[in-house]
Amino acid sequence: MIDPLIAEISSPEFVQLSLPPMVIGALAAMSCALPGNFLLLRRQSMLADAVSHVALPGIVAAFLLTGSMAGGTMMLGAGAAALVAAGMIEAVRRVGRLEPGAAMGVVFTAMFALGVLMLERTGASGVHLDVEHALYGNLESLIWFDATGWSSAADPRALAGLPAPLWRLAAALAAMAALTRLFWKELTISTFDPGHAQVIGVPVRALSLGLTGATAAAAVAAFDAVGSILVIAMFICPPAAARLCANTLSRQVWLSMLFAALSALVGYVLAGYGPLWLGARGSVSAAGMIAVVSGLILALACVAGPARRRAGGALGAEGR
Amino acid sequence: MSAACEAAAAAGPARLARDAAAGAAERAGTATMALAPAQGMSVRGLSVSYGRIPAIMDVDADFPLGAMTAIIGPNGAGKSTLLKAALGLVPRLTGEVRVLGRPLERARDLIAYVPQRASVDWEFPARVIDVALMGLYRRKGLWRLFDRNDRRRAMECLAMVGMESFARRQIGELSGGQQQRVFIARALAQDAQAYLLDEPFAGVDAATERAIVAVLRQLRDAGRAVVCVHHDLSTAPVYFDRALLLNRVVVAQGPTAETLTPRNLRLAYGGRLETAATP
Repeated sequence: MIDPLIAEISSPEFVQLSLPPMVIGALAAMSCALPGNFLLLRRQSMLADAVSHVALPGIVAAFLLTGSMAGGTMMLGAGAAALVAAGMIEAVRRVGRLEPGAAMGVVFTAMFALGVLMLERTGASGVHLDVEHALYGNLESLIWFDATGWSSAADPRALAGLPAPLWRLAAALAAMAALTRLFWKELTISTFDPGHAQVIGVPVRALSLGLTGATAAAAVAAFDAVGSILVIAMFICPPAAARLCANTLSRQVWLSMLFAALSALVGYVLAGYGPLWLGARGSVSAAGMIAVVSGLILALACVAGPARRRAGGALGAEGR
Repeated sequence: MSAACEAAAAAGPARLARDAAAGAAERAGTATMALAPAQGMSVRGLSVSYGRIPAIMDVDADFPLGAMTAIIGPNGAGKSTLLKAALGLVPRLTGEVRVLGRPLERARDLIAYVPQRASVDWEFPARVIDVALMGLYRRKGLWRLFDRNDRRRAMECLAMVGMESFARRQIGELSGGQQQRVFIARALAQDAQAYLLDEPFAGVDAATERAIVAVLRQLRDAGRAVVCVHHDLSTAPVYFDRALLLNRVVVAQGPTAETLTPRNLRLAYGGRLETAATP
């Protein structure tokens, strides 16, 4: 059992074909889970949904304008669209006095629809942006041509050939981690009790906008790997599962990182080999399987998480 | 009085005890407390409206140091709104707020606010000590996390409300009264000059009510301004030195006995009061 596994992992093909998507998937899931923790506790999980949807028209618009599929261009377009949408959501919330869910629903549906219409236009013009890629990501295609085995990890020339999304997501994760650490107290206090936070001078509104911005950045960074739909699971499932297993915020955040990485690794393996084990041929979408696994982890936490319904149970016992 | 001092010295931050001693000496020397408006929190011309509906209009209020003030009025009178607007939590149409003579923006260190217990999600992943520590935020730089000294101080504040043995308990496990005590402990940790509490006695057990009153009196005796939105007319004269009677406008304010007269109460509550008003 163990020997074939080691043989598989040490093969050049594994390093070339499987390792980069696994690492990229884990980085994407972890980058999204970090802001996701705070979205979840602020009851703003839908914000991740909204932001990942609205990135689509930005990416397509950038493509139509420049005719380029370069990562930087798509990032710029998506970032611009996400910022526009984030501003629109805040504006609809404040000016229209709509509850946040409704404000997001209105903005993200409209912008996503616009993105789909624009995707059709790319089909009409000579150059084409793959709809499937845009919606579900393309994790499997992110391979490391220059790798000849694990030794390539120490070879600068081979490292330069790593897929660009890997570096982008590594930078995204580092930025998310730094921001979370830097504003840890402020995020904690303003998420728990915004009124108290504002009175003692925590910049509550700026933090809220910053969290929205970080969410947008994570969604855009993960776009190449997992597309604009399945990324939502990465924002919410690992933090939600971690919430059910942890009693303090720091433990919840660390656990969410673990669950995010776990669902990426297990999801990728199951997508690649699962159908074979079941006697079927080929493989299924890696991003899809990662989302499914993170959902399964959440389901498991719902049933067996040590911190689930703690309040209800304890209150019942103490009240009597 | 000295008992309260000793309690504060034994359980609470040293500064509170020292100020309480100074306050006692001052009171012994002077028969009446004459307080300039700058000594405490003052609100001038405060108006708030929700949409087109005016919530409070042109409110002038003084919350002096060394006094416990109750904000009293019928449902919908704007009591919580007055508190929130004074703290900048809801936008105000007009009005100015000063704390110890400073404008609100430069008085963040001087104010502790205890919102209604139900205003936060008690399922939040935090322990009792974590919430008490939040009161120490202003003392820490951006990057620094809470250390052992902070924890000790937070424990002292929890001890003042009798919650030290619950420090490691998940906040969702607490009863309503215990949650309220934790909120008070967080406010104590701020070591503020003005303590503003929104219905601190709502839905708490009798033991908690006694404990909270005792702590608020310690703060008062240490020369802090204590302000509570309060709805129980029968306990108001017992707990509070001063009262502000509100029904969208200020009906009366001053020492409790002079403010909560049957005539003023009728003015504030209309005909709804007769049974509750006469203690």
